[in-house]
Formats: sequence, C-alpha cells, structure tokens
Amino acid sequence: MESAQLFNLVPWVVFLPVIGLVVNILLGKRLGETFSGVVASLAAGLTFVVAVLLAIALAAAPEAGVVSPWEWISIGDLSVRWAFRVDTLSVVMMLVVSLVGTLIHIYSIGYMHNDVRHNGDPGRYTRFFIFLNLFIASMMILVSADNFLMMFVGWEGVGLCSYLLIGFWYEKGTNGTGNAVAAKKAFITNRIGDFGLLIALFLIFGYFGSLQFDEVFRQASAVAAAHPGAMLLITLAMLLGVTGKSAQIPLFVWLPDAMAGPTPVSALIHAATMVTAGVYLVARSTAFYSVVPASQTVVMWVGTLTALLAATIALGQYDIKKVLAYSTISQLGFMVAAVGMGAMVAGMFHLVTHAFFKGLLFLAAGSVIQGMERGMHGSHASSEPDPQDMRNMGGLRKKIPLTFWVYLIGGLALSGIAPLAGFFSKDEILGAAYHGHAAIFILLVITAFLTAFYMGRQLVMVFFGKPLTAAAEHASESPRVVTIPLIILAALSLLGGALNLPGVHTLEHWLSHTLGEGEPAEFIWLVAGISLLLALLGLGAAWLIYSRRTQKADAEDPLKKPLGALFTGMERKWWVDELYQALILNPYKAFAQFMAEPVDLGVIDRVGGGLAAGTRALAEGLRKLENGYVRSYALWMFIGLLAIMLYLFLR
Amino acid sequence: MTSVINPLLLVTFFPLVGVVLILLLGRAGKSSVRWIALLTSLVTFGLSLWMLSQFNTAEGGIQMEINLPWLTLGGNTIGFHMGVDGISILMVLLTAFLTPIAILSTWKAVEERVNGFMTFFLLLEMGMMGVFLSLDMVLFYIFWEFTLVPMYFLIGLWGSQRRVYAAIKFVLYTMAGSLLMLAGILWVGLTYGGFDLTKLTGSAIPLTAQLWLFGAFGLAFAIKVPMWPLHSWLPDAHTEAPTAGSVILAGVLLKMGAYGFLRFNLPIFPQATLKLAPWMAGLAVIGILYGALVAFRQKDVKRLVAYSSISHLGFVVLGTFALTAQSVQGAILQMVNHGLSTGALFLIVGMLYERRHTRLMADFGGLWRVTPLLGSLALLTVLSSVGLPGLNGFVGEFTILLGAFNSPFLASPWFAAVATLGVILAAVYLLHMFQQVFLGPVRHEENEKLADLSPREIIVLAPILLVAFWIGLYPKPFFELMSPAVEQLLALIQTVAQTAH
Repeated sequence: MESAQLFNLVPWVVFLPVIGLVVNILLGKRLGETFSGVVASLAAGLTFVVAVLLAIALAAAPEAGVVSPWEWISIGDLSVRWAFRVDTLSVVMMLVVSLVGTLIHIYSIGYMHNDVRHNGDPGRYTRFFIFLNLFIASMMILVSADNFLMMFVGWEGVGLCSYLLIGFWYEKGTNGTGNAVAAKKAFITNRIGDFGLLIALFLIFGYFGSLQFDEVFRQASAVAAAHPGAMLLITLAMLLGVTGKSAQIPLFVWLPDAMAGPTPVSALIHAATMVTAGVYLVARSTAFYSVVPASQTVVMWVGTLTALLAATIALGQYDIKKVLAYSTISQLGFMVAAVGMGAMVAGMFHLVTHAFFKGLLFLAAGSVIQGMERGMHGSHASSEPDPQDMRNMGGLRKKIPLTFWVYLIGGLALSGIAPLAGFFSKDEILGAAYHGHAAIFILLVITAFLTAFYMGRQLVMVFFGKPLTAAAEHASESPRVVTIPLIILAALSLLGGALNLPGVHTLEHWLSHTLGEGEPAEFIWLVAGISLLLALLGLGAAWLIYSRRTQKADAEDPLKKPLGALFTGMERKWWVDELYQALILNPYKAFAQFMAEPVDLGVIDRVGGGLAAGTRALAEGLRKLENGYVRSYALWMFIGLLAIMLYLFLR
Repeated sequence: MTSVINPLLLVTFFPLVGVVLILLLGRAGKSSVRWIALLTSLVTFGLSLWMLSQFNTAEGGIQMEINLPWLTLGGNTIGFHMGVDGISILMVLLTAFLTPIAILSTWKAVEERVNGFMTFFLLLEMGMMGVFLSLDMVLFYIFWEFTLVPMYFLIGLWGSQRRVYAAIKFVLYTMAGSLLMLAGILWVGLTYGGFDLTKLTGSAIPLTAQLWLFGAFGLAFAIKVPMWPLHSWLPDAHTEAPTAGSVILAGVLLKMGAYGFLRFNLPIFPQATLKLAPWMAGLAVIGILYGALVAFRQKDVKRLVAYSSISHLGFVVLGTFALTAQSVQGAILQMVNHGLSTGALFLIVGMLYERRHTRLMADFGGLWRVTPLLGSLALLTVLSSVGLPGLNGFVGEFTILLGAFNSPFLASPWFAAVATLGVILAAVYLLHMFQQVFLGPVRHEENEKLADLSPREIIVLAPILLVAFWIGLYPKPFFELMSPAVEQLLALIQTVAQTAH
C-alpha cells in the first residue's frame, strides 16, 4: 500500500479507543469483567497496530502527512480543523502510548479484578476500562493534532481522565474525601497551567494569524525578529502549561497526590505517558524555543531544579508509590532540562525509555502491593498495616521472586546502570549539559547519584532483609495476566537503549525528519564514566546504609539522625504544600468569603434594598402631605405661590 | 415569501393554542393539562425548525419579515413588525428547544394548580419569542414587559419559601431598568425617525445623545443579563423559582439582555458603543471573576449555579463588546451554551431537590455511588459548564477570549487575559460542587436509597447533552447561521470607527 493511503488510517488511533469505550458503556456491565477488559485491551492493541502501520509508512517516506477530514471552528480569519498529523515525532508518541497503554490494559484485567474486590465495589470494574480507553483516545488526540487548538483538546482531555482515575475510588482516602480532593487538586493545578497555554494560543493567533503547526513554525524566526518580546511571552506562557502537565516547579504538587489512583493509572498516566506531554509540547515547538534563547534557559533551569528537588524528596518517602512519584517528577525534570538545552532528541529518547522502566516500576509496585494485600488476608492479622508503606515490607525477594527480578531491572535502568535503557538516555542528557552548561551538568550529576541512592534504598527496604510484618511474611505472587506485561516491559527496559545507541543514532535520524538535522549526540567516555560510577556509588551507599539498619516496622530511618533537619525537610516534602496552602488556598478562600458575604450580601444587595427602602420612606413622607385638611393644602398652595413669585422676581 | 402564513407569527403565537385548550379543558385533570402543554411546546419547536428550513443562511439581513401598520405616535408609525436574522434565529431555536424540556421536568415537581402553571409557562414562551422576533421598538417593549408577568407568578406562586420576596425583587429590578428603556424608546422614536429598528440602524444620532441613550437601554439590558453590580435580583429569583422557571430564567430570559445589546446598542448607538466598549468589557471581566468567587462560597447548590451564571454571562458581554468576528460569534454561541449547560445544571439541582427536599450541599455527598446515572450526567453537565474542550462551553469561551485578546477596539489584551483566569476559577467552584454532592462517602442515611434517574428524567437531560457534544465537536452549522448577520453588524461598527478617525 502507498504511504499516503496508510496515513489515512491515522484518525483510527482516536476512533478505536472511542469505539472500545462506547461498547463498554453500552454492554460492559451486562457482559461482565472479562468482556470489558478484553474489549478495552483490544481497542488499545489495535491502536498500537495502527501506530505500527503508520511507522512503516513513514519509514518508507519520512515526509510528514496531514489527514484533515473536518472543519471545526471557522470565524473570520480564524480557521481550525480536526486535522491529524503523521510525522516521525507524533508517531513515536503514538507508539509509546499505545504500546505501554496496551500492556497496562492487559495488566489491569488482573489487577483491577482484585482491586475492585479489595475496595468492595466489583461493579466499578467496567468503568475503569471506559476511563482507560478514554485516556488513550485523548492522548492520541494530543499527540496526533496538527494544530495547537486540537492539541489543547487532548491536553485537557487527558487532564479529565487523570481527574476521573485519581478519584476512581472517590469515597476513599483521608476522611473519605482524600481521593476526591487529590483528583480536584490535579485538575485545578493543571488548569492553572492550561491558563498559560491558552494565553500562548491567543498570542500565537495574534502574531501568526494561525494555529496550524507548519504555518506557525514557518514564520517563527521572522516573528522573533520583529517581536522578540512576544516570542518570549509565548514560550514562557507555554512553559506554564508544561509545568502543569509535566509536574515541574512550581506546579508539581498534584502528581504525588495523584498516586491515590489505582496503580495501573499511576503507571500509564502519571508516569509513562500523560505527564510527558509537556516534553512533547516543547519538542513539537522546537522552532519557537530555538529562536528565544532566554526562554530556553528558563526551561532548562526549571527542569534541572525540579529534577534535584524531587530527587531529594524521594529520598525521604516511605510509601512505595510516593517514592516512584517523586522519581517521576525528577526524571521529567531531566527531560525538560534536555529540551531546554535544545537537546530535543535526548529528551525524547529519555521520554521513551522512561515510559518503559517507570511504567514497569509502577506496575511492579502494584504487584508488590497486591502481594502484601493477599498476605494481609492470609495472615488474619488483627491490625491492618499499610500495604504501600515500605517500612512494613522487607524480604519480599523470596516471596514474590518474579516481581523482584523485574523490579530490579526497572530500578537499575532508572539508576542508570549500563547497558540498561536508562543509562543511554540519561547519558545523552548529561552529555548535552556537559557542553557549555557546567552548573546544570553538576546539578544533574548530583541528581543522578541521588536517583541511584533512593532506588537502592527502596530495593533494600522492599525486597531484602527479613519480612517486617505478617503481611510481608505471607505475601504471594501475582497471576500471569499481571506478570506477563511486567516481563515484556522488563525486556523493553533492558533493551530500550538500542533505540539510539551511540554511533548508530536510530532515533536521532528518525526524528530529524521532524525536528531538523542536528549534530548527533557524541558519546563522551568521561561523562558516561562519571554517571555510571555515581550510579554504582549511589546503589552501594544505599545498600550499606539500609541493609544494616534496625529491621523493625517502626524503626527510624537511618538517615534521620545524621542528616537531622535536612532529612525532616525531605520527609516533609520541603513544606511546599503547606506553603501553597498558606499563600494561595487560604487567602483565596478568605477573599471569596469576603466577596460572598460582606460585599455581595452586605453591600451590593443592600443598595438595591436601600433604594426600595428609600422609596418607601419617601412615599411615607409624601403621604403625610395628603392628610385631608383643607387648611394644610391652602398653606402648601400659599408656599408654592410664594416660591414661584420669588423665582420670577429674582430671575 | 412562499408560504401563505408567516412562520414567525406561528412560532410566536402557537403557544396560545395550548393556553386556550387548557382553559377549555382545564377540568380534565393534571395529566391531560401537562400533555397539552408539552405537545404545544413540541409543536412550537417543530414550527421553529420549519422556520429554520425557510431561512437562507447565505443572507445577512432580516428574513420572513412581516410589517403591519398598527398605531401612530407623534406622526410616527408603530408597526407590528417582525423578522428574523442569524442572531435572533438561534435565540428562537433555544427558546423552543428548552421550553418542552422544562415542561417535561415539572411532571412530578408541580402538583398544585397545574393549569395555572402551564398557562403561564406557555404565555412566557410566547413573550420570549416576541422579544426575539420584534423589529419595532414599541412592540419589543410590549413583549419585554409581558414576559415579566408570567415569570412573576411562576416564582411567586410555585416557588419555595421566600418566593414572594424574590418575585417582587425580580419585577422591581427589571422594571427599574425597563422604564429607562421606555424613555429611551420614546426619545429615539420621536426625535430620530420612528420606532422601526430596521430604519434606525446606523442612523446619525449625535454622540452625546447616543451616550445617554446607550445608558438608558444599556441599564435595562445590564440588569437583565445581569451584569455586575446589578445582579442581586438573580440569586434570589433563581433560588426561589421552581426548577422549570430557573431553567427558562437562566436559559432564555437572561439572554434577552445580551440580545438587547446586540439588537439595540451596537447598531443604533455605534459611536457610543465604541466609546464605552472598554468600560463594558471591564464590568464584564469583574463579573466573570466576582461571580466565580462568590459561587465558590455558596452552601446552597442552586445559589452556586445562580452565581455561576453571572460569571458565564460575563463572557458573553465581554465577547459582545470586544466587537471582533470571533468574539461576537463566540458570545452568541455562548448564549446558547449557557442556556444548555446552566439549564441542565438547574434541572439536576431540581432532580436532587425532588429526591431529598434540600438544596444544601452538606446534605448530600457520595451520590455517584447511589445514583450512578445521575452522577455521570451531572459530571458531563459540569464539564460542559467548566468549558472542557470537546463540549460546547469551550468553543464559546475560546472564541470569545481569542477575539477579545486581539480586539482592536478594546486595544488591550488585559481584559481577555484576566478573564481567562475565570477558566481556572470555574473549575474551582464547579468541581467543589461536584465533590460535595457526588463524591466522597455517603454521609447521610437518607441518601443511601435514593432512586436513580427515571426514563423521563433521562429524556429531559439527554437532548441537552447531545447538543452540547454537537456544538463542542462540530459547531460549524451554528456559526454559519449567525455569521452573515454578525458580519453585517461589525461592518457597520467598522465604518463608524473609520469615520471617527
């Protein structure tokens, strides 16, 4: 088949998951769990097939193609279409989203079977798959859009799915509303970011007269020359959107709370795919950022500082998923730093490998948690320990060996141990920083060390030593529908580095058709050596410190004493949430209250009421004049006459 | 005209057929009265679709005109003059679409004096149609004032506890504005060449007079919209009105104000419009933020929705006075959108009230689990109101803000930039509301056994949500309908702006 004909398949990356979710809405409840899961997984799997076909077509003819079936909004000089773009960048995203997405759909068939029972509402099983398909559809709209506005549809669509899935167990969590609050927090924080993105869109339309990618990017350098301030504003406003979706400073606070969602959600949305949308946006807008160096610098620093900050927090967490959540923020920081440096390929490369190993880590963590939950049921312990708290684990290596091995692979890949996937992609980012960004390089290297350290800490606390609770003692391995996706992801984490091996640069060449020809990243032995050495040091130090700690469920963290206040800071997440509460949320509430009561009911409502009361008082007064006494009428007539004469006289 | 009978007359006055039938068969029982009203409003909707089929989208001017001389005042003819253009046709369709839905929503809610209720409801529909189709200022005024009467009784007789206070407040506020409008109508009519709107457009009225007249008309419309700070009749009227009344009040009556700006202030007082546009936009932006802030702190879910209207209508006024193609078309679309999503929100509040006889959010919680279908449809409605892309609200808000941001007449992107904050705040109060009512655990025992939506209730909500998706995904037919009329209006403004320089 001709490439152009294959390109026409692209709308199906959206239609297929939509068909899946519609089928499940209509029939899912009636036909049962297996049916729902299989339909949804099939929809996701077929999406992957379409993505592969598109990739094959592109391999033959790497020129971008646009399939633009319908007009959407057309007023005056504004014209936006529902238009799908097939190019090497969008297809990479489609492949990652549908591949990891399909694996997570399959995993969820098993995981959610237990989860809905553990949470006491088996009827909610189908709903999970409806939301999951909706997510794939939204994410595909985001990455396949050919203009900023359609991209924004996907951008907010995935935010909605995130909201729905974080709040999947909306009656659970702290005080019964914890999860609902976390969901709301995610949506609103993202909307703050979307505010920035909207402003960027208004500006783009104002200066470029279009929202279509090719049209806009073609003019980027001309507009940058004519209106440098506007380009700066556009790229910075866009960055606000990036910090929301990709959980960067200052809007990262929603992502750790998002772990309230079921674990497959954490893996798919809050680690592998959705949160990378910001990185994708910057890569997509290469033409913009490359003409505004000041913005690039800001992006680079935001990413670097986020990477460092989140890594320190990850060090002080006890919840297995929270560690991974902060790790995700930190790794996203790496990617954002990379695209900020202009190393778009390195950023995209890390995006892909991270999707594999972080998806794997989260899914494996889910397997650990459900292993613990089964252990709890098996042990009939009187008090239920938190199955996500790493202090309650220990020794799981022997209880759930398969999960342990895949977790180890994921952990080593994240830590940057050669030759696993994470090593190559992270090395490319460090290599880019090494050229001319000394401070960034140092901070990122420190972060890389911390990454290995907190991963080591987690591996030791979860899998080594002896079981610290009855739940850990009785933990058991997950069923095959859960472990098979784990094995596939583990293989991808092992081999993913091959996508862009030094000297071969497959991904580099592939993306160059969209991002433009650049210097292929050179492999610097010194940088690779430093990063590998630090990774080993981090893992080793964690091993030394944590395998010797007092092995008791309520024991203090061994770093607490030597680090003192520093550790408390990491443990308490540097009080960022508390800061926002005091600086933004509480004042907003108080201000709204002030407007609602003293101002609206007190002043504005009373003005109307006051006018009415005034009219009544006036009427009462006037009524007194009409008292029926002829003598008083005569008096008033006399006064009136006097007044008229006086007026005529004085005129 | 090809047809013998003018479609506009039929659409406007067909509801009277229902009124007569109810008067004749009033003894027949509640159920037949309900059916008569419903069928009448459905036929009216059908007639409005027939009118749509006769409408020529390519043409910008007035169509299906009918003009009968009626009275003379000071040498000027007052005509029974009606016509439809791309702006009013959408309002007529919205009215005809929402009325049967509102009537169907009263099936269980209104049990007392059903005859009276339905009579007033159909009279109200006739009045609203008249407002949107009148092309003579006096005729417009008569219909405008006429709508007050049935609404006054709907609130005052079928409302909740403080209904009488709310009804009187509603009438007094509106009357205060419309008296000034009447003075304005007489001034224009007697001094500047008659009461015929089609002859007045673009006529040369001196700037000072224009400013005064803009104020006189503008005040009446601003109270109706309502714009900040003239809104305080609205929360009371909405909260006390019966559900169907709130639906029509929010869905259609408020649009009469926004429509008035487009039909009177922009074309008849263009110089004043240009001068005052930034002030109107400023008030609109204040309204957007103010409504959102105050809505967030409400405990009564119906009051929350009422204040959200102030915020949403702020977008409409901003779009209108930004005077660009995108913003004005967005504003007109947003009038429809607000009618749909806020109408649906009031319907949902009504369904909650029918089940629990309370509107306090604290009395709910966790309902999604008890009434999954109601929860899901409520979520869709909330998302439409929040302006989620893919649904109707986004298309309207985005085009308004995009147009206002780049408007040469406002000459500053700040109005739109600050208004865009409203997009965040809408998520704050609406998700807060959704959480309070539908999420979390079921906290009250009474809520454990609530019934989910009945088929009738699904029929009430489904058409609104379907149109919400339609507008969100493919708004083209709607924009095509209004675009020639808006272009004509803006061309006029443009000419005036150029001659002023």
